[in-house]
Amino acid sequence: MAVLGSGTALVALRPAPARSLVVADANNADLKLPTGFGALVVAETGGKARHLAITPSGTIYVKLNRPDKAGQGILALQPATNGKATVAGGFGSYGGTGIATKNGYLYASSDENVYRYKLNDKGEVVNKQQPETIIKGLINRKQHESKSVALDNAGNIYVNVGAYSNSCQVQDRQKGSMGIPNCPVLDSAGGIWQFRADKLNQTYTDGVRYATGLRNVVGLDWNNQSNQLFVMQHGRDQLNSIFPDLYTTEESAQNPAECLYALQKGDNAGWPYMYYNLQKKTQMLAPEYGGDGKKTVNGKYLEPAAAYPAHMAPNALLFYTGTMFPARYRNGAFIAFHGSWNRAPEPQKGFKVVFQPFKDGKPSGDWEVFADNFAGSPEKEAAGRADHKPCGLAQGPDGSLYVSDDKKGTIYRIVYNAK
Amino acid sequence: MKQLTLLLLALCWWAGSLPAAAQQKPAAKRKTTTSPAVPGAVLARGKVVYTQNCLTCHMADGYGVDGMNPPLIKTSYVLGDKTRLTKVVLHGMQGLDVDGEPYNNVMPAHAFLTDQQIADVLTYVRNSFGNKASAVQTTEVKAIRAANKK
Ligand code: HEC
Repeated sequence: MAVLGSGTALVALRPAPARSLVVADANNADLKLPTGFGALVVAETGGKARHLAITPSGTIYVKLNRPDKAGQGILALQPATNGKATVAGGFGSYGGTGIATKNGYLYASSDENVYRYKLNDKGEVVNKQQPETIIKGLINRKQHESKSVALDNAGNIYVNVGAYSNSCQVQDRQKGSMGIPNCPVLDSAGGIWQFRADKLNQTYTDGVRYATGLRNVVGLDWNNQSNQLFVMQHGRDQLNSIFPDLYTTEESAQNPAECLYALQKGDNAGWPYMYYNLQKKTQMLAPEYGGDGKKTVNGKYLEPAAAYPAHMAPNALLFYTGTMFPARYRNGAFIAFHGSWNRAPEPQKGFKVVFQPFKDGKPSGDWEVFADNFAGSPEKEAAGRADHKPCGLAQGPDGSLYVSDDKKGTIYRIVYNAK
Repeated sequence: MKQLTLLLLALCWWAGSLPAAAQQKPAAKRKTTTSPAVPGAVLARGKVVYTQNCLTCHMADGYGVDGMNPPLIKTSYVLGDKTRLTKVVLHGMQGLDVDGEPYNNVMPAHAFLTDQQIADVLTYVRNSFGNKASAVQTTEVKAIRAANKK
């Protein structure tokens, strides 16, 4: 009893957490946020900042789509006491999207390979010039080329290999062209592949096609409550421009839904044979495979865990495990919607971070807009000419939410200030 | 070195003087030959083809989509050689940089469009979104299609 008592006293004597030093920018970095939240611009990188990862000591690693002028494809940002950060160098001569930290390593991907770098106890990369190649030779045919990564707690890494096609037509994206029977793309793409996180030079034959029928996943994350991988799929494009007799431009702008899937090994989410209708909440037969806008394939493929408006391009998924935000956010999902293009001639949508509440490892209740106005104005959003496009999400050691933008390269930090 | 410069200067003068000598025309007329007005009907037809076939990727304002679909605003393809431009529409395009920028998407072949539709849409593109360039004629498309039959 006495021992316990003294322990409690020690806890009470601890200084206030460092997060009290972080002050939001006066204009909240031009973002619209729920009451109590604030935002600041952490840094302007000037590069196409895809995904980002933060070490326990606060170093921010940003993966650039293309190496910058100095030939660096990864930037290292050192935090300052005011909550901002400065670019303190970089490395990795390859462009790409994926980046993550786990168990003392930094993982980063090009559009073909996945590398890892050992971190020291300050969270610094020890050997910048010689990363270990853990996976190589993944397919890149200049469409859905991003190789995003996520890690579980059992030593595995999950990599998205996007389909090098819109809907597996004989002539990709061509008006009226039908689907190739038994879509061959699925052999090496259009799914999530599982590899060992610590084994070098793995190729397709060393990995497992963990889930298939996923057209392109840029945002994925491991959920520690359900101990399960969740992914956000980019739904197919061009229902109207490929099949103008079957779909109006409005129907094409509003479908298919962007879907969240909770994966088990061996799952099939149905691309290219089906798409998910948001209004009818139904799996529809794809027009390339005999669909007519009405025929359904219900029950055949994995049902989405949640569905969101069409074409908004979910580029990041993050389960929030911090304690800075109010309790209702804990273990829920943040999704960064990069913004649409395939809603034209209808107004474009997206360019925002949304929050999906979760309960016991499952979506629970409707999604809500969390951080808006990356576009800069409603007019810019509608025209698709956004000032910023949210692409990556990461959680800081204090529970702040970081957002990367691959249009101008701005790194944002969202904090909760209310008591 | 000096000789080379002189030679170059002479060449420039000679090349520059050629069209001037060939175009001994009244000033008023010359203006119409350098920027021939495209008939409104052609532009209207071209816009219809554009809206149905191109707008979905290149957008209503020709601005395109960052890193995916290139803009059609003053690019070397749009303003440049008409044969190369026509072939992009006839055969499609993938994996090539446009004015130094990479684009990760596919431009499908549009050989199903008629010669006139292709001429109209390219004339529309070359005279919209701030572009100003000569019209593409149906006869030109026909010849390019015939010469590139696969
Ligand atoms: C499915 C999307 C898509 C459609 C539909 C489409 N394009 Fe393209 N277009 C592209 C892409 C992607 C490229 C660049 C390919 C590359 O970089 O190799 C391109 C390139 C071009 C280029 C050359 C590069 C430039 O920007 O100047 C022209 C010109 C062009 N398209 C015109 C058209 C016209 C005219 C139509 C309609 C008849 C059309 N496109 C329909 C996607 C599309």
